[in-house]
Amino acid sequence: MAANAPTSTQVSAIPEQGTSLWQDAWIKLRKNRLALYGLAILVLLCLVSLATPWIAPYGYEEQNLGLGATAPSLQHWLGTDIFGRDMLTRIMYGGRVSLAVGFIATAVALVIGVLWGAIAGFTGGRVDALMMRIVDILYALPFMIFIVLLMVIFGRNIFLLFFAIGAVEWLTMARIVRSQVMSLRKQEFVEAAHSLGLSQWTIIRRHIIPNTLGPVIVYTTLTIPSVMLLEAFLSFLGLGIQPPQSSWGLLINYGVETMEEYPWLLIFPGIALSLTLFALNFLGDGLRDALDPRTSKD
Amino acid sequence: MALLEVNRLKVYFQTRNGLVKAVDDVSFSVDAGETLAIVGESGSGKSVTCYSLLDLLPKPPAVIEGGTALFDGEDLLTCSTPRMRQLRGNDIAVIFQDPMTSLNPFISIGEQLIEPLIYHPDKTRIQGRKQARLRAIELLDEVGIIDPVARFDCYPHEFSGGMRQRVMIAMALINEPRLLICDEPTTALDVTIQAQILELIKKLQQTRDVAVIFISHDLGVVAGIADKVLVMCDGTIREAGDTESIFYNSQNDYTKKLLAAIPEGAKVLTNRSEPDKPLVEVRDLKTYFSDYSKAAASGGKKYIKAVDGVSLDIRRGEILGLVGESGSGKSTLGRSILQLAPTSFGTVTFDGTLLDDLNPKQTVPWRRRMQMIFQDPYASLNPRMTVYQTLSEPLLYHGLADSKSIDQQVRQLMDDVGLAYGQMRKYPHEFSGGQRQRIAIGRAIATKPELIIADEPVSALDVTIQAQILDLILDLVERHNLTMLFISHDLSVVRYISDRVMVMNKGVIIESGDTETLWANPQQEYTQRLLKAIPLADPRLERRRIASL
Amino acid sequence: MLRFAIGRLLQAIPVLLIVISVTFLLVHSAPGGPFSADKAVPPEVIKALEAQYNLDQPLWQQYLSYLGDVIQGDFGPSFKYSGRTVNELIAAGLPITAELGLYALLIALIIGITAGVMAAIRPNTLQDYIPMSGAMLGICMPSFLLGPLLVLVFGIYLDWLPVSGWGDIPGDKILPSITLGAAYAAYIARLSRGGMLEVLSQDYIRTARAKGLSEPLIIVKHALRGGLIPVVAFLGPAFAGLLGGSFVVETIFQIPGLGRFYVQAAFNRDYTMILGMTVFFATLIILFNLLSDMLAIWLNPKLRQQSRGDS
Repeated sequence: MAANAPTSTQVSAIPEQGTSLWQDAWIKLRKNRLALYGLAILVLLCLVSLATPWIAPYGYEEQNLGLGATAPSLQHWLGTDIFGRDMLTRIMYGGRVSLAVGFIATAVALVIGVLWGAIAGFTGGRVDALMMRIVDILYALPFMIFIVLLMVIFGRNIFLLFFAIGAVEWLTMARIVRSQVMSLRKQEFVEAAHSLGLSQWTIIRRHIIPNTLGPVIVYTTLTIPSVMLLEAFLSFLGLGIQPPQSSWGLLINYGVETMEEYPWLLIFPGIALSLTLFALNFLGDGLRDALDPRTSKD
Repeated sequence: MALLEVNRLKVYFQTRNGLVKAVDDVSFSVDAGETLAIVGESGSGKSVTCYSLLDLLPKPPAVIEGGTALFDGEDLLTCSTPRMRQLRGNDIAVIFQDPMTSLNPFISIGEQLIEPLIYHPDKTRIQGRKQARLRAIELLDEVGIIDPVARFDCYPHEFSGGMRQRVMIAMALINEPRLLICDEPTTALDVTIQAQILELIKKLQQTRDVAVIFISHDLGVVAGIADKVLVMCDGTIREAGDTESIFYNSQNDYTKKLLAAIPEGAKVLTNRSEPDKPLVEVRDLKTYFSDYSKAAASGGKKYIKAVDGVSLDIRRGEILGLVGESGSGKSTLGRSILQLAPTSFGTVTFDGTLLDDLNPKQTVPWRRRMQMIFQDPYASLNPRMTVYQTLSEPLLYHGLADSKSIDQQVRQLMDDVGLAYGQMRKYPHEFSGGQRQRIAIGRAIATKPELIIADEPVSALDVTIQAQILDLILDLVERHNLTMLFISHDLSVVRYISDRVMVMNKGVIIESGDTETLWANPQQEYTQRLLKAIPLADPRLERRRIASL
Repeated sequence: MLRFAIGRLLQAIPVLLIVISVTFLLVHSAPGGPFSADKAVPPEVIKALEAQYNLDQPLWQQYLSYLGDVIQGDFGPSFKYSGRTVNELIAAGLPITAELGLYALLIALIIGITAGVMAAIRPNTLQDYIPMSGAMLGICMPSFLLGPLLVLVFGIYLDWLPVSGWGDIPGDKILPSITLGAAYAAYIARLSRGGMLEVLSQDYIRTARAKGLSEPLIIVKHALRGGLIPVVAFLGPAFAGLLGGSFVVETIFQIPGLGRFYVQAAFNRDYTMILGMTVFFATLIILFNLLSDMLAIWLNPKLRQQSRGDS
């Protein structure tokens, strides 16, 4: 049989290991230096945030009114604020809140968005049309204003903030997941799975989810910075995190009030926030390039 | 001196995995009024050769490593950018492969057509819009666009594929070029449309005495249109000569392999079918899809009648060919039989059991007995599963193997479809198109089905690979005693593989019969047209066929 | 197109109704009445005030009468600025915010599209990296950080530009407009780069080159229209974002626009003001979403023709 000839001659006893698309993406990501820096900064920030209560040089509420605002020095690397509180400590504690809001609100958006999008994409037909119509309508709503409204009316509650931000950000996630599921459902390999008689759940678990994961990971990575930005925005306006808790947005707000005399009170929290946003955006861009199937062929 | 003389052209690509010699030491020449065909499989470098002449390759990654391309004595490879602009569309024009993507969807075809006239790089030859419009309308008429005045302001999406290709041809000819490069101009088209376009190109060439470089993978098309043939493989020329000597007296092994791979003539294996024992009975099957765009336009519900009342029997042991052009509903029919597309009316009976009545759970045991092979070997395998996972999934799911015997069974399957066992931990993207199709076939036969529906299983493959896969399919049908519905737009392939043929058009079966009977004596006018349009890979026969049209 | 617009406008009505209802309910479910902050006020005064603002009626009656007023374009009186109506405040703030928004949008579009197209023409070269690094900086430098920094550098250290006000001193419009527009310039640059790269890889661009068209003509005539569709689709969300951004920018630069009024109203718990402005903003945002959708459709001949027949 001619058809068998070309390949089966080279039978080897030990199967070669293939390179999966995940490994392929990791190889590409490793070549992207900016994304790697982003990842490193992010990991470092997370570790510092977790360990803050033990490694912070001063206590969070430790004031030194006699000292007042001082420029960076050996005792206080990033200076002190007008109450003589150590800025490095304040920024570390603020980072805990900012990162927590970023991660938790994104998680809320992720859960709602993925479920909503997946259900709409799978069910199709009228249910899908209705669910997506709801998303369209919500898209048209001025959410930023609604969040402000919520914070004004119900007070500055951090859990409400998680919920409110998550409620805004899930819309895009739902759209991404739905369009992924819709296009996957039409793919021939999913049709092949149907023709094999696999159950709906098996198809979802083995064929759909692994293939939707890429875009979801990318969008999640890019949602975290936009959530952090929103939190900082609200806190800056005085509508987000409430003292005694602190976040980078709030620190920037305080910094602005005294920036003429003590610019470091503005600049250091600003650098902390921008650096984190940079790290997340670079990582997100890197992941997008690495996970894009179109770049995997050359 | 010839109009175009290419000498020792070398084009390399810089990729992640190092330098690829896409075109390596290629020389040829074309004269006015002459047609040179460049033939080769995908990756042979035939398109790259031509694009490098007009500086249309993205650089990087492409690098012109060496050689000359003298057009009327002037080297195209070293000429300045402004000079190249003067040559493009003016002295040398191109017709691209896919008319669906080669026209700008945002600009009316009339505007796109007159651009070479109104923005002519040679200032003295710039024409006014009015004059250009008249010229364009005249040319649209010549390429066979009906009512060119009204169609002038239409957008590409309002034209069918064949009509768009006519517009492309008009656009290429509007400045009366001396060299026309046709890059697979009919590959994306149905066979009847292909015949019309080829005829048009030929006619226009003769009236204008232009030189044509015709790039194609289809030796049948080449046989009818070319004066000279260049066979390329892996970036090098394997053989060059006039058409007859290449087809009748080839000296090169690769050319011979190409010619041998063309599916030709009738099926050689005996017909194993049992006429009075249908495995599948389809009665008055209708599959309609709602058409939302039209429904919105008229307010009512509109349907696309993909399958509109089809009755057929598939006999045990036979290979039944189903032919039709794009949009005929043949794929939907295949999916409807397997209950993969929701049927609107009618019944499908498999081995005496009515499939329509079963709920999803009840169909599972039946699914094991009927399988499908898909067209696109790139899309039909889950990119995140290894060969082993893909092949073991159906076996484990249907309880045909346990954890002890699974390795042995997968090994057996891979052997069956001609894949080395050592590759079982690899992923689909690490295989070629032909190998992927082998994996997909392995998955389909894993459950030891009785019926396989193959939907254009070889259309996406190169001709030599296509021949291997067709032989594999024939072999497996024989060995595993399979029944097959073989769906294809390629009539030669269907004739080569099927015992019986059905012709489908606009959702209905218009004719059916034993393959050779139908070929010899088609009853319907549509079938006759279809059969007459098949290009033959034999220059003399092909010219006779074209003359008889 | 007209029918499409009317259809979308009709669809906007229920959305607006939802916005009004939800906002109304939220505001009225707020703990503590609007006057509870002023503890010194005797109960009878509060009673009188509540009667004046119809707060003594049942909720559904208040809702209906409010709805009736809003439909007539009357947002009622302000709780805090006695004697002034919400309409008057909007009328006072709107021209300023609109001007600020317009400048910011122009900055965003001009800089963003230019940078994005430049980058897409020569990807992976300096012409790509430099504007795209700038764009990344714009995205990671939020307006509430950029604004104060600009003030610090150009207003205080260099003393080139005024640091507050709007239209009082020449040049005082520059910093706020840049602060508000920068982030959107960055987004638009990234969007137009992506869109242009996508279009420039299309077959029809190769066709245009094969016709002998010059590279600038190919960019402007063949690529730009398709490449900018993502930007056009972004205009709706961008408008909503600019409105939100005006809260911050007007606060930083002490500009008497709608954004600052809104933030002040939020702090003052000026409920009618919040309610009125929310409804007003929502209407604007919905309208702009509609406009950007219509523009995106108009740019695509296939969709344009479908929408002609569409209901």
